[in-house]
Amino acid sequence: MKIEFNFAFLDENTKRMIRRGLLKAVAIPGYQVPFGSREMPLPYGWGTGGIQVTASVIGRDDCLKVIDQGADDTTNAVNIRSFFQKVTGVATTTSTARASLIQTRHRIPETPLRPGQIMVFQVPEPEPLRTLEASEQETRTLHAYQDYGLMHVKLYEDIARHGHIATSYDYPVMVNGRYLASPSPIPKFDNPKLHHSPALLLFGAGREKRLHAIPPWTRVESLAFDDHPFEVQGWEAPCSLCGSRDSYLDEIVTDNAGSRLYVCSDTDYCTSRREEA
Amino acid sequence: MRSDTILEVRQLSHLYANGQGCRQIDLDLYPGEVLCLVGESGSGKSTLLDTLAGRRVPQSGSLRFRDRQGTFHDLIHGDTATRRQLARREWGHVFQNPRDGLRMNVSAGANISERLMALGQRHYGHLRAQARDWLERVEIDPARLDDLPASFSGGMQQRLQIARNLVTAPSLVFMDEPTGGLDVSVQARFLDLVRRLVHEHGLAILMVTHDLGVARLLAHRTVVMQHGRIVESGLTDQILDDPQHAYTQLLVSSIVQA
Ligand SMILES: Nc1ncnc2c1ncn2[C@@H]1O[C@H](COP(=O)(O)OP(=O)(O)OP(=O)(O)O)[C@@H](O)[C@H]1O
Ligand SMILES: [Mg+2]
Repeated sequence: MKIEFNFAFLDENTKRMIRRGLLKAVAIPGYQVPFGSREMPLPYGWGTGGIQVTASVIGRDDCLKVIDQGADDTTNAVNIRSFFQKVTGVATTTSTARASLIQTRHRIPETPLRPGQIMVFQVPEPEPLRTLEASEQETRTLHAYQDYGLMHVKLYEDIARHGHIATSYDYPVMVNGRYLASPSPIPKFDNPKLHHSPALLLFGAGREKRLHAIPPWTRVESLAFDDHPFEVQGWEAPCSLCGSRDSYLDEIVTDNAGSRLYVCSDTDYCTSRREEA
Repeated sequence: MRSDTILEVRQLSHLYANGQGCRQIDLDLYPGEVLCLVGESGSGKSTLLDTLAGRRVPQSGSLRFRDRQGTFHDLIHGDTATRRQLARREWGHVFQNPRDGLRMNVSAGANISERLMALGQRHYGHLRAQARDWLERVEIDPARLDDLPASFSGGMQQRLQIARNLVTAPSLVFMDEPTGGLDVSVQARFLDLVRRLVHEHGLAILMVTHDLGVARLLAHRTVVMQHGRIVESGLTDQILDDPQHAYTQLLVSSIVQA
């Protein structure tokens, strides 16, 4: 039996609906736009929001890259990539530089993005105030009146408990000086890449049915206190594979004695550096 | 009307679908004065307080607030952003149940700092210094700064609510039965504190209570409500010693007998 798909799986009306939502999201940077999330052939938590966004913006000339925690070869990344290969037939790549469209979970590539590229983020919880305020009506009101004291309550509490701002991923940002937004669970190491990004950044939350966006060259500030400024993670050792000192490193335990290695989380970046060397 | 009125209420009504609520309320509140709303259960005290505090929308009447600069704000037709700004800067709200007035899942220090951060303060060290100072002022050991409110006694939680509200130096604080859940001795300490702070900060307080003893101790003026209406109002001593309205007489005599 041969199964026919519409291009990119979703029907044209759904894609149009999502693109309308994305246009609104781009017009109001950081604002969460509700959308009619569709059932996808995978469960929530596996990137249904990101997949719907990718399906809505992908064109036949696109070259798609999919990463999960920085890697192109995890089950999740491989599955999503082959899903789009099957339902669109577009070219795919692991190279950040060659990709025109990148769907990601938990990382922004180390290779600087360029104008014209689109990054699609998979978002589990788009509302940065949610852990502090359960009511959706209330968080919407807080956004409407830019009433963001609550977010600093969380950072205050972090410092009171840990001596420093312990939030290390999904670190809240102020987009374009107006909307408080959650950048999805990327490490705060990646937050500076959001600021004045040359690429268009799109965020899709499937279960929560929300889209938001950071258009190219938008001002994005990570929240902080005057006496506890925003800082990114650093590592004492370079990547043991490529020697990079300025990429985000994962810790790998190498034997039962607890020996550790630090290696780039961005596999494409690490590989290409080793190939060049 | 005196020129220094901070809250001016005229013919204000908020009625629920069942016809209950508060109706045709006229009231003036002056800076630095404590006004108690008394009346039996269901007489509309909380409904009125919530309506004055902007937590309920009245169906009719007018409500104006004068800020410290002397500017009058129409709280019914004015824009919501301004009203929220006023609520953060100029008002406080102390609830009977501390769970309604505190964030139970963050420390006492974070509770006190929240309003300061909402007004744009961004220096952690300064925030903590102010929070510590306010804990002391409400007679809580500053060493409890990083403790959760859940580890506090009922009386301490109410005092923490006070600190959380007064830290931005509001000119008007709404309180709904703030001593309702407290033992008598704890209640007395709380009322002493409120009296001292009113004196020190020139606060106006609008307090709902069904306890005439609280009104006697604290209130310059008292307003008596029945069936959603004000039936009598005046100086507290006058109301309690020489009640004019039959319902107030009943209320006062029931206390005397008790
Ligand atoms: N949400 C509501 N919907 C409908 N009726 C309500 C609502 N809230 C209160 N009422 C009714 O309105 C009247 C006034 O209630 P309110 O809570 O203002 O009284 P109260 O004077 O504060 O009483 P208490 O001393 O018991 O707190 C009561 O008859 C009450 O049953
Ligand atoms: Mg009540």
